[in-house]
Amino acid sequence: MSNLFPKSANKLPLQILVYLFFVGGLATAGITYYATNSYANVGYAPVQPVPFSHALHAGQLGLDCRYCHSNVEKSGHANVPTAQTCMNCHNQIKVDSPLLAPVRDSYASGDPVPWIKIHQAPDYVYFNHSVHVARGVSCVSCHGAINQMDVVHQDKSLTMSFCLDCHRAPEKFIRDPKLVTNLDWKHPEGESAQVEQGKKFVHDWNVKPPQSCSGCHR
Amino acid sequence: MRYVYFATFFIAILTVSVLGFRGTLSTKPPLELIPDMDHQAKYKPQAESPFFADGRADRPLPAGVVAYGRSSTAADGVFLAADDALYQGKNASGEWLHGFPPAVKVDARFMARGQDRYTIYCAPCHGALGDGNGITKQYGMGATPSYHDVRLRQMAEGEIYNTITNGKGNMLSYADKITPEDRWAVIAYVRALQRAQNGTAADVPPSHQSELGLK
Ligand code: HEC
Ligand code: HEC
Ligand code: HEC
Ligand code: HEC
Ligand code: HEC
Ligand code: HEC
Repeated sequence: MSNLFPKSANKLPLQILVYLFFVGGLATAGITYYATNSYANVGYAPVQPVPFSHALHAGQLGLDCRYCHSNVEKSGHANVPTAQTCMNCHNQIKVDSPLLAPVRDSYASGDPVPWIKIHQAPDYVYFNHSVHVARGVSCVSCHGAINQMDVVHQDKSLTMSFCLDCHRAPEKFIRDPKLVTNLDWKHPEGESAQVEQGKKFVHDWNVKPPQSCSGCHR
Repeated sequence: MRYVYFATFFIAILTVSVLGFRGTLSTKPPLELIPDMDHQAKYKPQAESPFFADGRADRPLPAGVVAYGRSSTAADGVFLAADDALYQGKNASGEWLHGFPPAVKVDARFMARGQDRYTIYCAPCHGALGDGNGITKQYGMGATPSYHDVRLRQMAEGEIYNTITNGKGNMLSYADKITPEDRWAVIAYVRALQRAQNGTAADVPPSHQSELGLK
């Protein structure tokens, strides 16, 4: 009788088991890293019909976010501005710029500029801007340093755990509502003073961000 | 067995090099592995709709429609914007209103609101002092007037209201950004700026005149 299996085959079941563990671990690591918003959505920076720069308009010119996103503190939806908003200035500045042709067409025809939406809450999530802005949650907490971006990209994951991290400890983030559109603002006395002040705001305004499912999935 | 490990390792490296790392900028729309109920048959503001010819889910108002609704300060029972002083800046005889409409109360809170709105919506062109030297002047907007010449100081409040609401010349309308009450608050602040730039020694209360070396 010939030796069909060499002696080393005795170890094979164990080796296969170890290998399966190894591959399983690798796959788990890969999925937790890749199959999440932090990978899929963060960094999304589509090519817009007009190369509009926040670094120029909000940073260098110092326009307040609300000059363009004028509904952000009044309604749940933060509007992308109308073409007229741009024409306020661009009827006198860079009047003939070819880059601004879609804006001029839109102003003349009344059809919107086809801006591409970047940040996207799934339809089963209820999100409201005005509630957050009125309570001193700055744009920078959820959108990153927009005033330094030439092309807007998604900077934060906006996953459920991201929302809950703040809803469980809002004092780390909330500030005087007058400062929400000042994206460079940090508490001048550092982290602990921020928490100190945040705790005061949470108490004074009775801030209770929802942590129950029906708060956000309504 | 060693080769199997090598192969696995190779596949892992390949995956990382194809998929890259988190946070890398990309112009491609995010991949949706499991769409769940992310996209439901409902419209959100400013969304697209394949149903209408112009592709918009937000419908423009049909011609002749009058907005229904009531502002917080209007008298009870005034449902349509019927208060001409508040909404048009006109008095009963149809002339530009001098002073403020009865529906608004000019106080310190109102002024603070006006300052806030002015800083957002007017200061980029008219400047923090109202002298027409906003940031846009450096970039070629030379036509922005100063509030401090006689014509604008004597202009009726109602006419300034009309400028904010309907625009004038090169200045376009701000009606979509500023509510009627806030427009009046902005006007109150514009008046304060004009006062501030055209003060005289007589405006200083007597008890403070010595501090400025006026006596
Ligand atoms: C001059 C007008 C203007 C100002 C001022 C402005 N924005 Fe924007 N914003 C736009 C336009 C136009 C877009 C759409 C095009 C784009 O994404 O670049 C936009 C897009 C955005 C988006 C992405 C929207 C999406 O599709 O998800 C965010 C977030 C945003 N702005 C935040 C801000 C913040 C925060 C500020 C204040 C620092 C600000 N913006 C100031 C005009 C403006
Ligand atoms: C407060 C005035 C103001 C508003 C409002 C404004 N811009 Fe501008 N924009 C400027 C100025 C100033 C420049 C820089 C001009 C220069 O570099 O000389 C500029 C430059 C640009 C440029 C580059 C043009 C070129 O040829 O280099 C683009 C594109 C642009 N803006 C798009 C927009 C869009 C889109 C909007 C509306 C969402 C908008 N702007 C609203 C003031 C404004
Ligand atoms: C608490 C988090 C949070 C804060 C604070 C916040 N945003 Fe947003 N923003 C979001 C989310 C989530 C979305 C996606 C909403 C959706 O898809 O309905 C969004 C979307 C937007 C959009 C795109 C809207 C559209 O439909 O195209 C703009 C513009 C915007 N935000 C501007 C701002 C500005 C300006 C501020 C500060 C005044 C701000 N946001 C503060 C979370 C936030
Ligand atoms: C940086 C802090 C912060 C982040 C991030 C944040 N929130 Fe909030 N949220 C708050 C605060 C503060 C309130 C106000 C609570 C109050 O007024 O009592 C609030 C309130 C709410 C409410 C209650 C609104 C209402 O009408 O009752 C909802 C819904 C909500 N948040 C959803 C979200 C969602 C969805 C996200 C993630 C995209 C999110 N929030 C991210 C701080 C945050
Ligand atoms: C602070 C707001 C908030 C609260 C409270 C909240 N959620 Fe969510 N939830 C979200 C957001 C935002 C998303 C979307 C995340 C994304 O885009 O991947 C989400 C997604 C989900 C999903 C889909 C996840 C997926 O990737 O398919 C489930 C299931 C869910 N939530 C269940 C719950 C349950 C159960 C509770 C109560 C224990 C709850 N949520 C409370 C904000 C919230
Ligand atoms: C984008 C730049 C810009 C902004 C922002 C702006 N204006 Fe003007 N404004 C102008 C220009 C340009 C003129 C000159 C119009 C003309 O005579 O052609 C003007 C003229 C005026 C006048 C004089 C009108 C007349 O009868 O001669 C008043 C009053 C005025 N603006 C008030 C305001 C107020 C209040 C705001 C804030 C809500 C504001 N403006 C915001 C550019 C601007």
